[in-house]
Amino acid sequence: MALATEPTRDGVAPPMSADVVIRMEGVQKWYDQFQVLKDIDLEVHRGERIVICGPSGSGKSTLIRCINQLERHQKGRITVNGVELGPHHRQLDMVRREVGMVFQSFNLFPHLTVLENCMLAPMKVRGTTKAEAKATALRYLERVRIPEQAEKYPGQLSGGQQQRVAIARSLCMNPKVMLFDEPTSALDPEMVKEVLDTMIGLAEDGMTMLCVTHEMGFAKSVAHRVIFMDRGEIVEQNTPEEFFTAPKSERTRSFLGQILAH
Amino acid sequence: MIRAFGYNEFLFLLSAVQWTLMLSVIAFIGGGIVGLVVALGRTSDVKPLRWLSTGYIQIFQGTPLLMQLFLVFFGATVIGIDMSPWVAAAVGLTLNTSAFLGEIWRGCIQSVPRGQWEAASSLGLRYPGLMRYVILPQAVKVAVPPTVGYLVQVIKGTSLAAIIGFVELTRAGQIVNNATFQPFLVFGIVAAIYFALCWPLSLLSQRLEARYAAPSR
Repeated sequence: MALATEPTRDGVAPPMSADVVIRMEGVQKWYDQFQVLKDIDLEVHRGERIVICGPSGSGKSTLIRCINQLERHQKGRITVNGVELGPHHRQLDMVRREVGMVFQSFNLFPHLTVLENCMLAPMKVRGTTKAEAKATALRYLERVRIPEQAEKYPGQLSGGQQQRVAIARSLCMNPKVMLFDEPTSALDPEMVKEVLDTMIGLAEDGMTMLCVTHEMGFAKSVAHRVIFMDRGEIVEQNTPEEFFTAPKSERTRSFLGQILAH
Repeated sequence: MIRAFGYNEFLFLLSAVQWTLMLSVIAFIGGGIVGLVVALGRTSDVKPLRWLSTGYIQIFQGTPLLMQLFLVFFGATVIGIDMSPWVAAAVGLTLNTSAFLGEIWRGCIQSVPRGQWEAASSLGLRYPGLMRYVILPQAVKVAVPPTVGYLVQVIKGTSLAAIIGFVELTRAGQIVNNATFQPFLVFGIVAAIYFALCWPLSLLSQRLEARYAAPSR
């Protein structure tokens, strides 16, 4: 398995390497009688950036939450970075170390400082020394442009700052893939940009990203591929140009009509 | 021979307070340790653990503490263990306290938002680390006021140990009363001493609650 990732120079063209980071095959999931994911097939290549959109309840969050098994799927196979997720904890641990996740509600640990938030997992999961963890944390806090907030508690920060800390916290684990679950939906409008800018920065560095978001501007400029989900199915996937200018399915057209209307 | 209630009798009652406090501390520490296990069982993903701890809590919450003390004290004799009132009282109160603290702490653990569990697990933390570094520190903040409040119940509960012959404050009151025949005075003083022990704790609990209810930092 390749360890180093060549950053994509061209910001638009999808890297067509054979290096598949995430493979979902025939993934199905039910909540009791209700089927949330119907036969999902998806391959994500190293360095690829995918935006997943769709109406609420379409299963898009559930899909990315299955990748690190915050939700368990009942049928089908999910392979991440060569590890197939099964009933055993060992595989789950291996996958979760390599997959970072950013949540809509930030989910920073309120009893720890920003710096401690970033140091916890590297020290307790990877066994890094305190000094090393601190150096890494400060580097990533620098990168999300809030090193000066390191000693503060999450409650003292704005929503946008908290979300940037959450991104830094994930990056400290040096993940191969980043999952974003509506990272800007809980933010005040004036703070959306600072978070999107951080995500664009990550994209430019070649991070493999799966983003559930309604930020269509972000999708247009950053994504290699846009996936539209509805009622638990992947209805359509395409390059952003095709997706926004020539959507194939009626459901996609009506969805785009609704979210682009205002 | 009837004695008058005097300074010596009062001192005797006061010195019995140490046994009440000692028993309370043991019940509280023992109950705290077992209670944490019970609380973790109650919030576990493993069903049998949940059933076991739920059953445990229901048994101890659904029967009088006095019966529990009887069962421990006389039950030990039945199975051939010669248990002193001291040990029986400590064991009985520990079990009882652990059931109540377990249930209080279950609520505190569950009050930590789901997102905290998800964030910690998605960072790769497994159950022990997740609990220790993320969930419990947040649950403790919520738990302190009701736990201090429950300490009042533990102290008052130790009075039942008098019935199995353990000499603490209440039993000392009985002894003094048997000698003086001034029940109203003697038990009035005993009650006042209990109040003096419990009231500051109640106040502390209320103050802690007010402090933690304030927006954090």
